[in-house]
Amino acid sequence: MGIGKVMGAFVLILSLTAFTSIENNTIKGYGIGAIADDFSLKNTDGKMVSLADYDNAKGFLVIFTCNTCPYAIAYEDRIIALDEKYKTQGVPVIAINPNNPSIKPGDSFDAMKIRAKEKGFTFPYLFDEGQKVYPKYGATKTPHVYLLQRTDKGNIVRYIGAIDDNYQDASQVEDKYVENAVDAMLAGKEIELTLTKAIGCSIKV
Amino acid sequence: MKRLLPLIIVMISIYSCGPSGKKAEEFNEKVTPAEVAVSSKSEVPFTIYDYEGLKPLLHQQDDKTYIVNFWATWCKPCIEELPAFEKTFAEQKSNNVEMILVSLDMPSMWKKRLVPFVKEKKLKGQVVILDDPKMNDWIPQIDNDWEGGIPATLIYNKGKRAFYPHGFTYDELNKELLKFIK
Repeated sequence: MGIGKVMGAFVLILSLTAFTSIENNTIKGYGIGAIADDFSLKNTDGKMVSLADYDNAKGFLVIFTCNTCPYAIAYEDRIIALDEKYKTQGVPVIAINPNNPSIKPGDSFDAMKIRAKEKGFTFPYLFDEGQKVYPKYGATKTPHVYLLQRTDKGNIVRYIGAIDDNYQDASQVEDKYVENAVDAMLAGKEIELTLTKAIGCSIKV
Repeated sequence: MKRLLPLIIVMISIYSCGPSGKKAEEFNEKVTPAEVAVSSKSEVPFTIYDYEGLKPLLHQQDDKTYIVNFWATWCKPCIEELPAFEKTFAEQKSNNVEMILVSLDMPSMWKKRLVPFVKEKKLKGQVVILDDPKMNDWIPQIDNDWEGGIPATLIYNKGKRAFYPHGFTYDELNKELLKFIK
């Protein structure tokens, strides 16, 4: 009985802190044409990964994603397909989990390792420890894609947004935003649609 | 009348079933990959709209003030702010305030998550479902600066309109609502 009361109080305190933690975080990040900073983040295999490690890359698909968001889950297979299609063309996928695992335990580093193995991720799945990288980019939700083009001046942001226009059903996709952007970039053409919006899971701070 | 029908159905379904005994925490974090998989769209006691269908609910020209909250059962901050919305709605209903809770739950979650959640929480706001995957088309139509993160809320009446791409506390919501009902 006593335990019940203590638990009740505990739940109350938890829910109160949850209320106060709602915040209005408008993050200013990179726009199209900005030069994106490199990073050094830990992959699920324990090794540190930086963009500079990729000698022959022409660009990168930096995708903020996670284990727990339903939209991120819905896009896992399509992220693998993007990596398989574009890695050989010099534009590999670099996935970053930006969530704070103390808020979202399902997004812990250990949980990331398990998910990467289960799904057979073909790309690095990095942990944004201390949540330092995603605010620089201005990622607000998962999944959130940044297409970078490697140039002499640095990695230039060419596309920001969603993967395609139908999260529910890959077979119903009419506009493959990311593929169109990468194809145009690799062909030296102008990217027609550089910014798209989608419902996603807010990054857990 | 037409708009009331789904609400009535919700009410009936709420009162005809006992409490499910589930705790709210169960709805927070447990989206499994299987739940995201596309399944046939199940029958649910809420009206399901695409954006064109929902649009009239975002532009009603009567004398009421509407709170339109975009949420989902998998969205933790959304679930956390719902009690503040329900409380505000209960207190301000007599001031000609209506509340529409637009669920962005995926079709596979409607029956398994959304229906039990609404029952459990006895939500009094009008729950509707927005099922329109062409998000890049409709998100900017709701508000040009909205990136698509939820929770997000629209408050409007025929003379005034504001969109809030963030969560609310009870106090913050009341402060904003008072600007509409004077």
